[in-house]
Amino acid sequence: MNEEEIKQIVFQLLKKIAPDTEPSTLKPDENIRETLNIDSFDSLQFIVALNEKTGIEIPEEDYGKIATLQALTAYIKNKKP
Amino acid sequence: MIEFQMPNLGADMEAGTLIEWKKKPGDTVQRGDIIAEVETQKGLIEIEVFDEGTIGELLIQEGTKVPVGTIMALIHPSAAAMETKKGKATSEKPIALQPIEEKTTVLSIKASPLARRIAAENHLDLSQVKGTGENGVITKDDVDLALTTQKEQLPKVEKFPPDDAKTLAQIEAVRTAIAAAMSKSNREIPHYYLEKKLDMAKATDWLIAKNKEKSVQERLLPVVLLIKATARALTDFPELNAVWQNGLQLKNEIHIGFVVSLRNGGIIVPAIHNANIKSLDEIMAALNDIIPRARALKLRSSELSDATITVTNIGDGGADMIFGVIYPPQVAIIGFGNISEQPFAEKGMLGIRTSIFVTLAGDHRATDGLTGSRFLVALNNHLQNPEAL
Amino acid sequence: MDNSTGTITLTYREALKQGLREALQNDENVFLMGEDVGRYGGAFAVSKGLLQEFGAERIMDVPLSEAGFVGAGIGAAMAGMKPIIEVMTVNFSLLAMDQIVNNAATLLHMSGGQIHVPMVIRMGCGIGRQLAAQHSHSWEPFYAHIPGLIILSVGTHEDARGMLRAALQSPDPVLLFEYTLMLNLEKEIAVDLGFIDITKAKVLREGSAISIITYGTGVYKSLEAAAELALVGIEAEVIDLRVLRPLDERTFLESVAKTHRVLIVEDAWRSVSISSEISARIMEKAFYDLDAPVQRLCGVEVPIPYPAHLEEAAIPQKNDIVNAVKKMIHHD
Repeated sequence: MNEEEIKQIVFQLLKKIAPDTEPSTLKPDENIRETLNIDSFDSLQFIVALNEKTGIEIPEEDYGKIATLQALTAYIKNKKP
Repeated sequence: MIEFQMPNLGADMEAGTLIEWKKKPGDTVQRGDIIAEVETQKGLIEIEVFDEGTIGELLIQEGTKVPVGTIMALIHPSAAAMETKKGKATSEKPIALQPIEEKTTVLSIKASPLARRIAAENHLDLSQVKGTGENGVITKDDVDLALTTQKEQLPKVEKFPPDDAKTLAQIEAVRTAIAAAMSKSNREIPHYYLEKKLDMAKATDWLIAKNKEKSVQERLLPVVLLIKATARALTDFPELNAVWQNGLQLKNEIHIGFVVSLRNGGIIVPAIHNANIKSLDEIMAALNDIIPRARALKLRSSELSDATITVTNIGDGGADMIFGVIYPPQVAIIGFGNISEQPFAEKGMLGIRTSIFVTLAGDHRATDGLTGSRFLVALNNHLQNPEAL
Repeated sequence: MDNSTGTITLTYREALKQGLREALQNDENVFLMGEDVGRYGGAFAVSKGLLQEFGAERIMDVPLSEAGFVGAGIGAAMAGMKPIIEVMTVNFSLLAMDQIVNNAATLLHMSGGQIHVPMVIRMGCGIGRQLAAQHSHSWEPFYAHIPGLIILSVGTHEDARGMLRAALQSPDPVLLFEYTLMLNLEKEIAVDLGFIDITKAKVLREGSAISIITYGTGVYKSLEAAAELALVGIEAEVIDLRVLRPLDERTFLESVAKTHRVLIVEDAWRSVSISSEISARIMEKAFYDLDAPVQRLCGVEVPIPYPAHLEEAAIPQKNDIVNAVKKMIHHD
């Protein structure tokens, strides 16, 4: 997957969780959960949805590595080059 | 004949609009079947039946708004149901049906002269105001509250532009419902508050290890442990799992009302039924089912009306403590703050531990601080043995 | 007396006596007339010693004939004197009712404004001393009904000392209701009371949650109740009506505009009482200020019983006031 494809998937899944927000306006280094107002339950829903969509399993200890759009994209790209 | 009535889905509900019948005359129903969809302040609710039998007659037309308690349908009980209801059915008198028409509600509004004057001066529609005075009379306080809610609510809503007018109306309705219930609570319930710092090291370590064994779909959130530990502790303190209605009435089953915040503001509190006998996985499954539906305002009647106690959970990254306002007629609310590292003194040593502040707000008419305190200690003991939860 | 703060602690009896002595000292046309006021010193010892101080011409004992000596007082007032007539208790004033209603109250009108009756009738009254039905009447509503009279209720020690002098300034007949239950009650009041206005009710305690409107023995009970209510966060305003005719509407209507809730407290029987009148005026003139119906605590409509516990139960007590207010505010 290229970076653009990853972003599109991320935006789509985030939009589903936070329909009142516009994930595509996220800046690369903004904290996703804080900016979009996503709680731990929604966060887990997102990780589950990402798993179903891409097959990537993000372990709990890696939650800290996916806080921003930039970090998340890089993480996914790393797992699915 | 069993009378199926418009249920009361909360202290603040007066009426509901029948949107759709899900059963037709001649259909058989089991306890728990969805018989209708009703629009309330808390969204579109699926209404369940509590009897077994065959639908006899549907008395209310779809689209009609009827007060709580109105007989909506008649159900012919099954033989088994007859057995348990014997003797009672014959003595019940039929209650006159009274669908609400907008005109009659406007005429029958009871408001104090002062409340009417202030409402008129501010062009406030009194039919939208919930009365909290004697026998539900609308007083100055109710009008003032409605006016401030109006003022405070509108600019807030603009920040998250809702999809359409209906969402806006729902947000307002949710806000009004919260305002009414919380005002009633603060006015009538003498709250006492307790706070305790709990060591969460064992519980979080255990959870991390457990989640490693699980697939992403099966992962548990820490709140599941908190809910289960609360439910377990409640089995030893039945007086906290109760309602205050003409005195303290203990509840046999533990249904935990879990506070879900809505994305456009407001909260809704669906019940997790029988949380004490559900496994952790089952509680997580219940959350997975209930939270999205709560946020979509699509809950079932039993989920809105059955809760026997409330749990509110701030979640990670948020405030350290939350002091709740009891949801009447319940008698307690448990609040969990953000799980965070805190200095922890033990046996003369100071260390840093993963901790959580738990609070309890209790109805002092129902229980005393000592009961609440013992409950929090019990809750702590359960959390120190996560494997037993 | 404590000179540093300018206050004095005294009984209600002593306050009445000081007011009486002051009135006699200030105007030589003033004299006191009544049963046993002289040699015996007054049935309630209010005028004790005044005969020795002012002489038999100004402190006059009279025969047991209320119609006779009240009538004589009216005559003296018409002739330019300023009589203080003591009718031992309000219960016996019924015997002088014809003089009060048909002469004192009407002469100004009947004479086309030529004849004033500048007299003051003092009467002991009230409930609570186990004097049984015939001696426990609350006739304030009776007299407040009559145009031509000024009806004052002495609910505080300030008024016990100051009201008589102010009443003597009135060109028209004044009836002073003095509460015998309070005779031995001590309170601290200012040495210098200043000008005593007998046209106005008085806000004795300010509050925002409810107006308690009362008079007579209800005043101190309401103040105690308000202090207790403050402990649970309810700020009650207490108004002493003081003048029952002509009523000072303005004071209580302003209070209603602020608090929006009213409880009226009085010992008199509920039907056709002072509280009925206040309630009606609030409805007529402050309807749109009301956030709840006006409530009343009044005497139970029975002849007042002799046994102490029944007598106490027959009239509003402090706890009744506290409970009534809580009920009005919390609806439970």
